[in-house]
Amino acid sequence: VPGPGGASEITFELPDNAKQCFYEDITQGTKCTLEFQVITGGHYDVDCRLEDPDGNVLYKEMKKQYDSFTFTASKNGTYKFCFSNEFSTFTHKTVYFDFQVGEDPPLFPSENRVSALTQMESACVSIHEALKSVIDYQTHFRLREAQGRSRAEDLNTRVAYWSVGEALILLVVSIGQVFLLKSFFSDKRTTTTRV
Amino acid sequence: MRDGRRARVGRCRGGWRRAMGRPALLLLALCAAGARGLYFHIGETEKRCFIEEIPDETMVIGNYRTQMWDKQKEVFLPSTPGLGMHVEVKDPEGKVVLSRQYGSEGRFTFTSHTPGDHQICLHSNSTRMALFAGGRLRVHLDIQVGEHANNYPEIAARDKLTELQLRARQLLDQVEQIQKEQDYQRYREERFRLTSESTNQRVLWWSIAQTVILILTGIWQMRHLKSFFEAKKLV
Repeated sequence: VPGPGGASEITFELPDNAKQCFYEDITQGTKCTLEFQVITGGHYDVDCRLEDPDGNVLYKEMKKQYDSFTFTASKNGTYKFCFSNEFSTFTHKTVYFDFQVGEDPPLFPSENRVSALTQMESACVSIHEALKSVIDYQTHFRLREAQGRSRAEDLNTRVAYWSVGEALILLVVSIGQVFLLKSFFSDKRTTTTRV
Repeated sequence: MRDGRRARVGRCRGGWRRAMGRPALLLLALCAAGARGLYFHIGETEKRCFIEEIPDETMVIGNYRTQMWDKQKEVFLPSTPGLGMHVEVKDPEGKVVLSRQYGSEGRFTFTSHTPGDHQICLHSNSTRMALFAGGRLRVHLDIQVGEHANNYPEIAARDKLTELQLRARQLLDQVEQIQKEQDYQRYREERFRLTSESTNQRVLWWSIAQTVILILTGIWQMRHLKSFFEAKKLV
């Protein structure tokens, strides 16, 4: 019988050439969902790997930007999932993941309902579920917006540096060309008399 | 995203009462271990940081529990006194909001006053470093944000609410969180728009500047070379 469930939502920074693993003890029969998204860094991709207590790989994807994986725990024990940025040489990545284990705990601790919910209570429950999905969508939207904003800010700084750089190179090359050309004609008088 | 779990042993016991048989023993073992949930391993001097992007006036509650690796028994000890974790929270501007030392088990709370990325950093700060030398530390962590940080049974007891009133209160809290998130989204969209407009301006002015530099240097080159060749009597 699966025990009380819950969810863990964590955003963390994954340095280059690093791997970070998280573990959770899950009871058999619990339905779990792992969802992850890369928010900032490089090509916005990460390797993800999920293993069961015996070490069997349940999910393995390389260089994924976003994914969602649902599974039912086939045995009791410690499940492990890892995010790897080992393929990247110098970009740090910010990764968000949401690991949902089982159902959410009930509102009332001594929940041992034998009687059915009243209409009002059922209405409240369905509104609660709908609002949960609204909050869920808001989170996904916020993450996508964070991605877009991070790219826009990168573009902004890059435009600044490259513009200044190009202007300087332009000046240096123009002036340099003239002096180089002058130097061709300065000393060797013998080469200039050909008509 | 979904309704969070609060790290309370009391609620764990409720779950045990429901289950029977062998799974109950496992649950009991897990409950005896304290806060159930996600954990990770941390090295001696390692610092782990987590980011929470939150709207303003949002409460964040973090619970953690640490266990130390016992080299002889090859198992993680249930709890070790003398272990400590230093928790540091920085707001989006880099200002330190919370910087405190907690024991091997702790709970930290802060409320955001500016919207944005708050950084929560944990690193171990043990009073008995010899115990820890070369070992690993297992950290159970649970971070609850906004509406998920509310403890409904406690609110029901404190305000003496009926079941229906408690459900209505939960819905109100959820809607409030949605509203705050939407306000935050408006603020973020404005920032994004300012960044895009700044990029637009920069591209425009620097392109004009570069074209002007190109034309001016071209003219200067021609005049300079012309006067040079005239002086050399080649033209």
